[in-house]
Amino acid sequence: MFSEFLQYLFTGITIGATYALIALGFTLIYNASHVINFAQGEFLMVGGMATVSLMGMGFPMPVAIIAAILLAAVLGVALQRLAIAPAKQADPVTLIIITIGASIFIRGIAQLVWGRAYHSMPNFSGSEPVTIGGAVVSTQSFWVLGVGAVLVVALVLFFTRTMTGKAILATSMNKGAARLVGIKTQSVLLLAFLLSAILGSIAGIIVAPITFTAYDIGIMLGLKGFVAASLGGLGSGMGAIVGGLLLGVVEAMTAGYISSDYKDAVAFGMIILVLFFMPRGLMGARVVERV
Amino acid sequence: MSTKLLRRTGFLAATLVAGVFTGAQAAEPIKIGTFLSVTGPASFLGDPELKTLQMYVEDINEDGGVLGRPLELIHYDDEGSASSARNYASRLVRSDRVDIIVGGSTTGGTMAAAPLIEQSRTPFISLAGAVVITDPVKTWVFKTPQSDRMAAERVLTAMQERGISKIGLISGTGGFGRSGREQTLAMAENLGIEVVEDVTYSPSDTDMTAQLTGIRNNSEVEAVFNFGFGQSPAIVTRNYAQLGIELPFYQSHGVASNSFLDLAGEAANGLRLPASPLLVPDSLPADDPQRPVVQAYKEAYEARWNESVSTFGAYAYDGLQLAVMAIENAGSTDAEAVREALENIQGYVGVTGTYNMSPDDHNGLDADSFRILEVVDGDWKLID
Amino acid sequence: MLNSLIKNRLSGLLLLTVIVFILPAFFSNPFHYDMATQIAIFATTVVGLNLLVGFAGQISLGHAGFFGLGAYFSAVMTGTYGWSPVPTLLVGAALVGLLAYVVGRPILKLKGYYLSMATLAMGFIIAITINNEGWLTGGPDGMPVPSLSLFGWELSTFSVYSFLGMEISGSLAWYWLMGVLLILGVWLAQNLIDSPIGRALRSVHGSEVAASVVGVDTAKFKNLVFVISAVYASLMGSFYAHFQGFITPDSAGFMESIIFVTMVVLGGMGSTLGVILGAVILTLLPQLLADFHDYEMMMFGLILMLTMIFMPKGLLPTLSRWLGEKMHKQAEDKA
Repeated sequence: MFSEFLQYLFTGITIGATYALIALGFTLIYNASHVINFAQGEFLMVGGMATVSLMGMGFPMPVAIIAAILLAAVLGVALQRLAIAPAKQADPVTLIIITIGASIFIRGIAQLVWGRAYHSMPNFSGSEPVTIGGAVVSTQSFWVLGVGAVLVVALVLFFTRTMTGKAILATSMNKGAARLVGIKTQSVLLLAFLLSAILGSIAGIIVAPITFTAYDIGIMLGLKGFVAASLGGLGSGMGAIVGGLLLGVVEAMTAGYISSDYKDAVAFGMIILVLFFMPRGLMGARVVERV
Repeated sequence: MSTKLLRRTGFLAATLVAGVFTGAQAAEPIKIGTFLSVTGPASFLGDPELKTLQMYVEDINEDGGVLGRPLELIHYDDEGSASSARNYASRLVRSDRVDIIVGGSTTGGTMAAAPLIEQSRTPFISLAGAVVITDPVKTWVFKTPQSDRMAAERVLTAMQERGISKIGLISGTGGFGRSGREQTLAMAENLGIEVVEDVTYSPSDTDMTAQLTGIRNNSEVEAVFNFGFGQSPAIVTRNYAQLGIELPFYQSHGVASNSFLDLAGEAANGLRLPASPLLVPDSLPADDPQRPVVQAYKEAYEARWNESVSTFGAYAYDGLQLAVMAIENAGSTDAEAVREALENIQGYVGVTGTYNMSPDDHNGLDADSFRILEVVDGDWKLID
Repeated sequence: MLNSLIKNRLSGLLLLTVIVFILPAFFSNPFHYDMATQIAIFATTVVGLNLLVGFAGQISLGHAGFFGLGAYFSAVMTGTYGWSPVPTLLVGAALVGLLAYVVGRPILKLKGYYLSMATLAMGFIIAITINNEGWLTGGPDGMPVPSLSLFGWELSTFSVYSFLGMEISGSLAWYWLMGVLLILGVWLAQNLIDSPIGRALRSVHGSEVAASVVGVDTAKFKNLVFVISAVYASLMGSFYAHFQGFITPDSAGFMESIIFVTMVVLGGMGSTLGVILGAVILTLLPQLLADFHDYEMMMFGLILMLTMIFMPKGLLPTLSRWLGEKMHKQAEDKA
């Protein structure tokens, strides 16, 4: 019985950690610009697909991974510069549609360049799974959790210890005031997209050995990340992590104990319920609306 | 800058509109219409199907066409969406006025298009699997793949022959898995096999460990059957190996392609599935009538497209050959004559199997056309 | 000229009516009617959605849920239980309206993206339920829908009817029916916008806090417009099901919801004629791009992105302002 529970828990935490990383990407961009970037999932796809395709060309895995992250970073910058920045005066919903258009466009190109097939990526270390308390855990799960934790710590340090990080935080709190004290808000926006793209592509790479990767993998994962971010509270880094892990664990528990038919429905029902009692998500800040 | 761009888009749009609204109406070529899921979640069906159709239409035209007329292939990509499939079918029968339709990669797309094609009285050969397409028989609708009922029957009898009577079933919640699950449950009851675990996964799931844990912990289960297609069965296969489940493992014909082996890797070793002999052309006995057909298709496809052949493409091969045969037998493209000719095709030896059509059977295959294969050292091996 | 036509509500309706009645002159085969009928169905749906998004400023990412519920209610009740189509679609719309009222109360208290999230979740739950309850809905492969019988006629796009001594094809009959319903839907929406309710709604869009300070019961109005837009969607879903003759869970899915919202935003939020243009473009675009095959998806994304970047207010408002400026300039030049 306990081993069963443990199994579901490990499964849930692994996929939940991925959701959390995607949700953090949403949060970064949301904080800097109040844009919900529906192309977030495409960063994952580009990370995974570029790595697989470079490895296919014979590059060693670490080189392929670094190149894939760089590619995603360039894409993130291009997205901000070419698609978001020119539409300054647009409504939030217009920006949503722009990012949806961008995600379809990126997927369309990926499909042309890399084809439509699914690809597998080898585990980073060993294919023999580990047994913990009767539960079987793939070694890749540890990579996902480990890299996820390192990224979170790095982000925390970045935002609390560096001037640039503090500038981003200041901009997210009050753009006008940030500009007054000399922060270049445009560069902050650019940086937010850059970081978000890097975060997304790393998530896409570390999870690819578990989920496989293909040109359309970003749709569902991106959506789940948005769900996790809203669940935790948009704009809250801690919320993104809690939201992601909670979503992953609830999914795995429902699939294990109740029925996988309604796994997603249970997750979505939970969100409606949470928002009903906490209209700004689990950890969202209480903001007084300005008139 | 933006006005210039606008003007260009405007021009582009105008050209496009002109293109759509003035389709040439030349009567000479025989028009073969198709709508396939070339992109989207079912692209692993639509992609080889389209490539097969394009290749053989070219071939046939080089050899002088059919009834002295060249073939013209008109194809659209429904992206795996049933409503797009229906719209493109409408375009094929109403605007392009095709003579016959060979297409419909998914059951959803086929079923959504079927009422309209029926009313337009156009012969329609579907490439999708579910039994509902031809049972009950629809006057104008035929199909080339074996039905999921046959796959369930073939797998369950193979299990029975190994003395298995209690199984765990895992299936996808997409159209293919759902229909397959229903057929398996019904067939299991007929054969006296008990389904003691029955779990599902959604096609977008990235980890099926939770579902498989339930099956692993049920000591009654003697074998596991997975009914699904796309990349999900490969994830199931990997999770199955990870969890160290040692029971006999069967998959459906939905994964009968080499790309599945690439994805699942070592984890696939030992699993069995029903498939067309296309995956093991050289293991067929020399006197097997399918042997030359299968070998020729495999060679031609792999030479032309430089990628490994898939059983799904073979459905399109058989569909096109049946269409051509029916038009030749009918001696014209008259819809009713072609339909009747299709219904009377007997003993056509295709890649998928040997077809014997009749007014009551618009599929023409039986469960024996499936061979049971096992994955040994990352390759297919003919078992039965 | 065109500019003032678009701006003035009554002449806008007149323009639409003229277009709807003239358009068949340009059709050369039943497929064109097929597309035009679907456009009318989607256009009416987004005219309803526009009330919520464009006027009350509330973004719903789950509207296809209501569309799908209407479609499936008609499919199941007429197909499996033999109800008569027209009463069925009315009952369906009433039930969907009731559902929207019940879920709307808690959901519409949410703001901005949280509201989008809640409607998205609601849409997903509806689509998942339709997908899973195969005994009732046929599951992911969908179910057939009987043709619409109207005043004793079986409305099928392949039949021919005689009406006042004229031969009318089924395709044409369907087109007239949906065209007239579109005009009716636009007329009703415009009346609502010009009513005191509409003014209250627009104040909600401007600033909810300000609106409630001056005594507008924002929750009540938002919920009302949520119900109205759901009823529009449900009715059109029912017609869509009968027209297509077959319905799959895709019609209730997330992608369909996104397409509806995109029609509104692309055409021009808050412009009734604009969102119709949005429906026209998004329905035709896949057909127009079909010949580009491999490049189709890329081009679709690019067109969507560029249009929204360069015309953030949507196609029609931008075009009409541009025309207005041009004419203004011409007038100045003459003076």
